[in-house]
Amino acid sequence: MIAGFKQRILEGKPLCIRGAGSKDFYGNPPQGEILDTRTHSGIVAYEPTELYVTAKCGTPIAEIEAALAAQGQFLAFEPPRFSPDSTVGGAVAAGLSGPRRVSAGALRDFVLGVKLLDGAARELTFGGQVMKNVAGYDVSRVIAGSLGTLGLITEVSLKVLPQPVADATLRFEMAQAVALDKLNRWAGRPLPIVASAWQNDVLTIRLAGARAAVEAAKLKVGVGETADGTCWDVLRNQTADFFKTETLWRLSVPSTAPELKLPGEQLIEWGGALRWLKSDAPAEMIRAAAAAVGGSATLYRASAELKAQVDAFAPLPAPLMALHQNLKAAFDPQGIFNPGRLYKEF
Amino acid sequence: MTTRSHSHERDQDFSDVDRAALLQALAAVLPAAALLADHEDLKPYECDGLSAYRRVPLAVALPEDEAQVVGVLKACHRLGVPVVARGAGTGLSGGALPNEHGVVLSLAKMKRILKLDPYSRTAVVQPGVRNLAISEAAAPHGLYYAPDPSSQLACTIGGNIAENSGGVHCLKYGLTVHNVLRVRGVTMAGEIVEFGSAALDSPGYDLLALLIGSEGLLAVVTEVTVKLVPKPEVARVIMASFDAVTKAGAAVADIIAAGIIPAGLEMMDKAATRAVEPFVKAGYDLNAEAILLAESDGTPEEVEEEIAAMRAVLEKSGASEIRVSTDDAERLRFWAGRKAAFPAVGSISPDYYCMDGTIPRKRLAEMLMAIAEMEKKYGLRCVNVFHAGDGNLHPLILYDANVPGQLERTEAFGAEILALTVQLGGTITGEHGVGFEKIGSMCVQFASDELAAFHRVKAAFDPQGLLNPDKAIPTLHRCAEFGRMHVHQGQLSHPELERF
Ligand SMILES: Cc1cc2nc3c(=O)[nH]c(=O)nc-3n(C[C@H](O)[C@H](O)[C@H](O)COP(=O)(O)OP(=O)(O)OC[C@H]3O[C@@H](n4cnc5c(N)ncnc54)[C@H](O)[C@@H]3O)c2cc1C
Repeated sequence: MIAGFKQRILEGKPLCIRGAGSKDFYGNPPQGEILDTRTHSGIVAYEPTELYVTAKCGTPIAEIEAALAAQGQFLAFEPPRFSPDSTVGGAVAAGLSGPRRVSAGALRDFVLGVKLLDGAARELTFGGQVMKNVAGYDVSRVIAGSLGTLGLITEVSLKVLPQPVADATLRFEMAQAVALDKLNRWAGRPLPIVASAWQNDVLTIRLAGARAAVEAAKLKVGVGETADGTCWDVLRNQTADFFKTETLWRLSVPSTAPELKLPGEQLIEWGGALRWLKSDAPAEMIRAAAAAVGGSATLYRASAELKAQVDAFAPLPAPLMALHQNLKAAFDPQGIFNPGRLYKEF
Repeated sequence: MTTRSHSHERDQDFSDVDRAALLQALAAVLPAAALLADHEDLKPYECDGLSAYRRVPLAVALPEDEAQVVGVLKACHRLGVPVVARGAGTGLSGGALPNEHGVVLSLAKMKRILKLDPYSRTAVVQPGVRNLAISEAAAPHGLYYAPDPSSQLACTIGGNIAENSGGVHCLKYGLTVHNVLRVRGVTMAGEIVEFGSAALDSPGYDLLALLIGSEGLLAVVTEVTVKLVPKPEVARVIMASFDAVTKAGAAVADIIAAGIIPAGLEMMDKAATRAVEPFVKAGYDLNAEAILLAESDGTPEEVEEEIAAMRAVLEKSGASEIRVSTDDAERLRFWAGRKAAFPAVGSISPDYYCMDGTIPRKRLAEMLMAIAEMEKKYGLRCVNVFHAGDGNLHPLILYDANVPGQLERTEAFGAEILALTVQLGGTITGEHGVGFEKIGSMCVQFASDELAAFHRVKAAFDPQGLLNPDKAIPTLHRCAEFGRMHVHQGQLSHPELERF
């Protein structure tokens, strides 16, 4: 498989690296000839007591999660599964994390190592399988979220964790401003709140951890209505009705940012730090609102016409863009991998 | 103007640096009190926590603000002078070792906490702020900064960023990289760049992650936004004795297999407990071959549940004695020996050399056995403390620098341990960094393609290679030399091993 990948790279034509294609919508429109990673699939190693799993890039996330579940473990960053075939390589390249990100950490926090083919088809190995490793630059974490622009990920090692013993979901009727305040106050106390979602004046929170901790926390957060936990998977996989829209913005802001007065409907995750916005307001207006509170706005889903006009990701200051271009050139000087997918400039 | 360029082939030669021109340029951008150039003033900066290596720099700059940092970097960039950033100098890999033709840029004067916001659970601090000072300032709000290196009283957040430092609680709470939101830094060319933001995700490449652990080679850190987390209501620690290190090693895996991630999971061998006990009077079981410290924190109910679960696992794993701290004073006493292990060892031996590899947990016992063999081979004693929960070893090799040949034997002993960490599927450094010290061992862990890629990353930030040169990433020339050396001396046990 690797030999086939190398050959494609050495042909020197722009390549669109693609797993199941479930994230084709994400980033700027894909360009180049498709290189399908799914031919390189399978779990290479999984050692529950070492808390890691190593898998080839084309391995479905679902396959990995099934193997972990059999041992009572899970991927705590909850990568969204947009399709049953979504691959681990695609998940790492996109760098997206699910509802639990606010407590467990992001995908990049769980990346222990990667194997990569660079623009000259060299096989490079960074990081490894151990939890603590500071030998050499932490290239693996940079690969997370790089949207395949730095190289073809062929293998990844991820940290895994035991599933929490107890789990509870509570629901409260609450206006947005009140919910944001509550979430930030709760986060300053030692409470096992692992995820949250606010929409249409309803705040839902998820408690997880030791049984005693979850029971004690239920009393501390106040009387809410107990709900069933299936809503979290719906949220994670973005299959809820809210996400069925043509134009969707993803605003990453400080959790304490006040209610953003933007036209359209909002869904708020991560204790206030992630605000989804369904809106046809002009891009400049949305980007300015996010920047004003110290965050940024991504045009997450949009029609081809809109994507052609508006960059998916917020613009970078010039010195930071220069570093991006230098780093891109360090791994892919010919600009073969996913050209323009992250920024038009490279 | 000197034009230089960073190369992955050979280390650069800076012997043509013009001292007079340098001092003049620095004097133009720094107040008089912020520039040291007399030999006796420079002496204290000749080494960091790894005192076996020393070099006196040409000058030390002690900027008071970011504008002065920019001024120093621009001047050195223009003149082609190497710069080494320095925090508290507690590093253990020679990362802050000066270049004899260069400038030490000390961030010690930039030590203000600029903002501490309990509502957003963040603090914005200057690079010279001490790790513990952040937690102390946050304490009235029931918050703290989680990474707790044993050196936290002295080490700075800038140094922590450079080394991606961890502590005894990082198994549950993460390393520096997991607890920092944003870093403001200055590149060698004097350009100010913001990495990350006050939000959880930022657009573009995760250069924040790249900067953390980059050992001061990519940018000088001038401001940091850290996350603060709520202090757990209670914490209790179990101290378990084992009559064999193999059993203690297996117990670590058993705890994880039981679905428990303790707040801390540390191990000390008999040599370590015997070394520290007179020092801290922690009440360690001195007959045990190894002891484990396993901490649980959280709500009282949660801790009770977890302590009971861990006790059951440890009993099943064959612990010969189990004690659980009954109050916080006792808990801190149990920890005291572990936290003071390095200085305690310093009191029983004229010198010690602290190693820092990580291996898969399941190979702990194997590693300890191999180290015991090496003690015989090199005729030197070794005391072992581990961040067992994450497989991070700190073997402390005892030696006397005044006995001719002992330092060399110690280095060879250390290099053999590091080569074994790689062979066992681990890494040559878990948290102390490669620095100057482990540059040769990098050639064991990485093949030349990866090393060349690291050099290209370096050049993306610092094309002239002026920021902390000859550290962290070996040139190919150095690896060739290292290869010749270890084949020649036959010191590495497995020279036939593939590098990976
Ligand atoms: C007794 C003892 C116990 C220790 N325990 C631990 C432990 O438990 N865990 C652990 O991880 N480490 C430990 N260490 C190692 C050390 O304390 C850490 O590596 C620490 O982060 C170094 O901080 P410092 O301020 O002293 O940095 P320095 O030693 O001054 O510098 C370290 C590196 O950081 C760079 N640097 C410093 N400041 C900046 C800046 N502002 N911008 C860019 N680069 C910078 C330097 O160039 C150098 O490469 C211990 C050390 C000692 C002596």
